[in-house]
Amino acid sequence: MSSSKPAPADKALNRGGFNLEAIKLGGWKYPAFWLALGLVLIGGFVPVITGTNTWRETMFLILMAVSLASSLNIILGYTGYVSFGHIVFFGLGGYVGFYLIAVHGWSLWLAAPVGGLAAGILALLLGKAILHLRGAYFALATIGINEAVRTFVNNFDLFGGPVGLELNFLVYKDYGGPAAMQWSTYWAVFGLTLIIVVLSYGIKFSRFGLGLLAIREDEEAAMVMGVRTPSAKTWAYVLSAIVPGMLGVIFFFRNSSIAPPEAFRLHRSIEFIVMVMLGGQGTVLGPLVGATTYEALRSFLLTSPLFKDLQLAFAGLLLLLIVLFVPTGIVGWLRSRFRSLWRILE
Amino acid sequence: MEQLIASLADGLLLGFVYGLAAMGLTLIFGVMDVINLAHGPIIALGMFAMFFLSGAIGVGLNPYLALVIIAILGLLFGFCIYFVAVHRVLNAPHLSSLLATFSVNMMIIGVGTAVFTTTPRNMDFSIGSISLGPVTLLGTRLVAALIAVLVAALLYLFLYRTQPGKAIRAVSNNRSAAELMGIPSTQTLALSFGIGSMLASIAGGLIATFFSFTILSGGVYELKSFVIVVLGGLGNPTGALLGGLILGGLEGIVPVFMPVSWVPVIEFVLFVIILMVRPKGLMGGGR
Repeated sequence: MSSSKPAPADKALNRGGFNLEAIKLGGWKYPAFWLALGLVLIGGFVPVITGTNTWRETMFLILMAVSLASSLNIILGYTGYVSFGHIVFFGLGGYVGFYLIAVHGWSLWLAAPVGGLAAGILALLLGKAILHLRGAYFALATIGINEAVRTFVNNFDLFGGPVGLELNFLVYKDYGGPAAMQWSTYWAVFGLTLIIVVLSYGIKFSRFGLGLLAIREDEEAAMVMGVRTPSAKTWAYVLSAIVPGMLGVIFFFRNSSIAPPEAFRLHRSIEFIVMVMLGGQGTVLGPLVGATTYEALRSFLLTSPLFKDLQLAFAGLLLLLIVLFVPTGIVGWLRSRFRSLWRILE
Repeated sequence: MEQLIASLADGLLLGFVYGLAAMGLTLIFGVMDVINLAHGPIIALGMFAMFFLSGAIGVGLNPYLALVIIAILGLLFGFCIYFVAVHRVLNAPHLSSLLATFSVNMMIIGVGTAVFTTTPRNMDFSIGSISLGPVTLLGTRLVAALIAVLVAALLYLFLYRTQPGKAIRAVSNNRSAAELMGIPSTQTLALSFGIGSMLASIAGGLIATFFSFTILSGGVYELKSFVIVVLGGLGNPTGALLGGLILGGLEGIVPVFMPVSWVPVIEFVLFVIILMVRPKGLMGGGR
């Protein structure tokens, strides 16, 4: 994945003004890493402290949003490719895992990695095919793929066609009953969130990650500087697909049913883009802040009688305001406003 | 065989209307490099405008007269979207304009769902049918196809024979050069966005005369427009009409051989393959 390059590339990086020191240290010494990790850890343990199921459900949704947004950030924020239909990995991974659990009686802990693998393989195949498209064409292609997969699954009898698949509640017995299952899936999502946050950080300060950032700024220049753009883009795409695939399995397992409209909802996909944009694309902390803010806002709007029906319109207005006035997001705005925060907010 | 011809003829009629909607999308892309993700909701608003102007509980206008009002409303609405959401992000990366137009999409759908709910509506409108041998054509669809062709022809005349039309083509060709020649680019861009939105709302109004719809229905036609636009080449209005006919033809032929639910699968797979192999569209360059 990370390809070792001859010396000229180093010189090129120096000239480009990158902070090589941060890469050599792997960035572990920096407060930004511990801030991001600490936030997830604190958030993750909130339900244990409060001990209520309401908090667990709220945090489950927030952690899931954080990890999906962070995954998307790898291809969207770092590499600069707008994956509009990213939900396809969540849905397809979910379907593959759910099928294995519901029909073949697999354990969730085995089915989830397989779901992630399926999503990763899809990304690998797609990456070869559509990552040469630029800008709007790539965005359109990802929408097309999501719709193609959704309509295909709608007709695919093995996956239950338009009705989807359902899980017998007895299955939860193997996990200690429904109550225990909800806790164990919670911890699984918590673990995945930690992994994706560490991974986002690790990627950003690796040579591989710098290659991605270079692609985002100017793909031709990156190529000339010795970044192997096709393979770097493809791996970024694969990495951004695996965690959503695994989350899909866990989510729909918990949900006990899966159907095409829920699995491949395009609007949901774009909500993740909103989260990344809100927090700050291309930063590690951004998706974390964005996803938490968005989910909190959404649950507030959903429960407030005034905004219940207008929730979507309100999210749209928020998105428009971000795009027009704060295109770098919350974290990006703070970074440009307060230079002293650069080492903390990454 | 007779069934095939009848189904194909019906599909081709629809294809003209789909093509009209797609022309709106492709015109906007061609002129300002923006993919209008609010395209679907605009189509849906066109449907609702038709419903309220001449539907059962509406003002009771003749549907084809109502179309003129819908066109004007669509044009004005397009101006609004352009100045509120698009103008500021024209020179920003693609992500910005995609998200800006999508935010308009979310607002329309959000407000629309709250106001109109998602109960299906229909117009209960019929003007008989024409039989040509084995083929029976529904009057509403035939007229809709004719209107689509007429509007497309008017658009062509406008773009090639009038001053503002020529300005649109000049800006689409090279914005900075056009500005140097004294063409007011902001007005021209707003005008093309308005026309794009107008075409979408006319198509919506026409579709409402023969299909039932909800505020969410626009999404289906938006996706169809994407497929058509890619078939005909992004930014190429004539290509869009042809793309519409290809898609309509497909929708006519495929159900004869396999379940109708496979139609979208074929459409989207075709869409992705064309994007992969010939992103400039089957018709070549475009613009």
